Amino acid sequence: MHARSAAASGAKYLSLVLASAVVLVPLVVILLTSLKTRSEALNTGPLDLPGNWLNLENFRIAFTQGKMLPAFLNTSFILLISVTGTVVIGSMTAYAIDRFEFRLKKLVMALFLLASLVPSVTTQVATFQIVNDLGAFNTRWAPILLYLGTDIISIYIFLQFIRSIPISLDEAARLDGANTFTVYWRIILPMLKPAIATVVIVKGVTVYNDFFIPFLYMPSSDLGTISTSLFRFQGPFGVNWEIISAGTILVILPTLVVFLALQRLIYAGFAAGSSK
Amino acid sequence: MTALQRDRGTGTPPAQTAATGGARATDAATGASAPTTRRRASRRKGVRRHWWFTPWLYLLVPLVLLVTFTYLPIGDMIGYSFSDWDGISPEKNNVGLKNYTDLFTRPELFKVFLVSGVYLLAAVVQICLALYFATVLSFNTKFRNLFKGILFFPYLINGVAIGFVFLYFFQPHGTLDSLLELVGIHGKFLWTGDPDLVNKSLAGVSVWRYTGLNLVLFLGAVQSIPPHLYEAAALDGANRWQQFRHIIAPSIKPVISLSAILAVSGSLAVFEIPYIMTGGANGSQTFVIQSINMAFKFDKFGLASASAVVLLAMILLVTWIQRRLVPEERVELS
Repeated sequence: MHARSAAASGAKYLSLVLASAVVLVPLVVILLTSLKTRSEALNTGPLDLPGNWLNLENFRIAFTQGKMLPAFLNTSFILLISVTGTVVIGSMTAYAIDRFEFRLKKLVMALFLLASLVPSVTTQVATFQIVNDLGAFNTRWAPILLYLGTDIISIYIFLQFIRSIPISLDEAARLDGANTFTVYWRIILPMLKPAIATVVIVKGVTVYNDFFIPFLYMPSSDLGTISTSLFRFQGPFGVNWEIISAGTILVILPTLVVFLALQRLIYAGFAAGSSK
Repeated sequence: MTALQRDRGTGTPPAQTAATGGARATDAATGASAPTTRRRASRRKGVRRHWWFTPWLYLLVPLVLLVTFTYLPIGDMIGYSFSDWDGISPEKNNVGLKNYTDLFTRPELFKVFLVSGVYLLAAVVQICLALYFATVLSFNTKFRNLFKGILFFPYLINGVAIGFVFLYFFQPHGTLDSLLELVGIHGKFLWTGDPDLVNKSLAGVSVWRYTGLNLVLFLGAVQSIPPHLYEAAALDGANRWQQFRHIIAPSIKPVISLSAILAVSGSLAVFEIPYIMTGGANGSQTFVIQSINMAFKFDKFGLASASAVVLLAMILLVTWIQRRLVPEERVELS
């Protein structure tokens, strides 16, 4: 009995270590490659260690020639406006739907509910024409508009949360003469902080990592986001895997830092986000 | 994890609302006549009511965006799907159902569904792995947070970065080949170049990428199971497998079913990884890559729209079936 449970426990740890290795090995290999010189990258095996662990030359080339700085700035700009807008729009929608009685409320709710079932990749062909007609094609506003316009999940997150805020708080404020906007701004929004954290994280990761929308809507090379700029490494750096690896590490690094800093919030955010 | 539980907690409208506020309870109970009752009650309290258009002020921007970027495209797309439009010229001829018959009769257009099948199988593997690790990590395990973090992290990584990581990983004489040589397997595999292998390799990448998300979803659900259930089961002499089979699996059924539906719609809508890694070459073209190429490379907007309509219809059908099969976990909006 004792031996059996020891074996089971051994198998358990073995499976966990094996799975961790499967996750980490491809990433570690890219890190090793990013530290190698051109000739090392060509002449050593992928599992061999770099000669100089502090060789950052590839990162310098990736950062400057790969236009990573403008890419980070572009992504930050789009990220900031999209995330702020998502919070404002999502919380206002949830406030209106949860706190007011009005005609057609059921219809409005049905419209949002139904839209959440439509994956945006399926409608891209037609959405493209609309973005084009709006004159937003090949501007930073195309992704911003699309990120703001197609995010139903954040509305759900806010809606679920706002329902747990007692309505008596609103009414107390109303008694003191507050109008609906004051109630939203001074009472509801501050109470929504945990939901805002969730939405900021889920939306932030989505926007930072998105490839499809910037690829389709901002083909101009001056408008690269980190995804599309990294994708363009394929051309000029073709077989220079040490440079491509360095660019890849540059893109992953901020994610790793944010993940380590905010682990708990991130797990909770994605659990809430994907189960709506 | 929360959304589901939270909803389960607060989602019992009558009792809950009665507890939180009198006015709301009236709304819930009497429906249509509620606003007047509420207004009268408020006036008595001396609270200023809002104008009829006040909620619309809050909803104006979201509704305009919703209609512009969701409903208008669907309508347009259905319209385009009956035309021979090339996406540029002002000329659009009605061709009736021709695009749809093309789609279903030309095997080269339809074979993208076989590719989806490979991703669907990968999703099954991914859900099983996530279930196993969620079960293991929810019991006493050393370094559980570390393992959880490592397994989840791929989900947060940029798709292009993942594409490059695995292009390098799968290269001839690359990481994977070297690792296989270490365990004595010498072979010439073209992981992303061989039409028989490419989709399996790419689907493997998607298992690598998404298992962590499922793990976190399942883990949250497993941890919400009251611990006394395990104690009772242990007293009855149940082993781990029996505990999984009779306690864990039934308790987290809603989350598993959610993952299943995400897996089906996800495998129909695969785009990023194959596009970045192979550009759809060697038989790795998916439905979305095919539609995008049809529309933007070959100027066949009509055909691309028809194929998108078919995809949308399939995803909606799957969602509908899933909701019929597992109705109890539906999160209601009202």
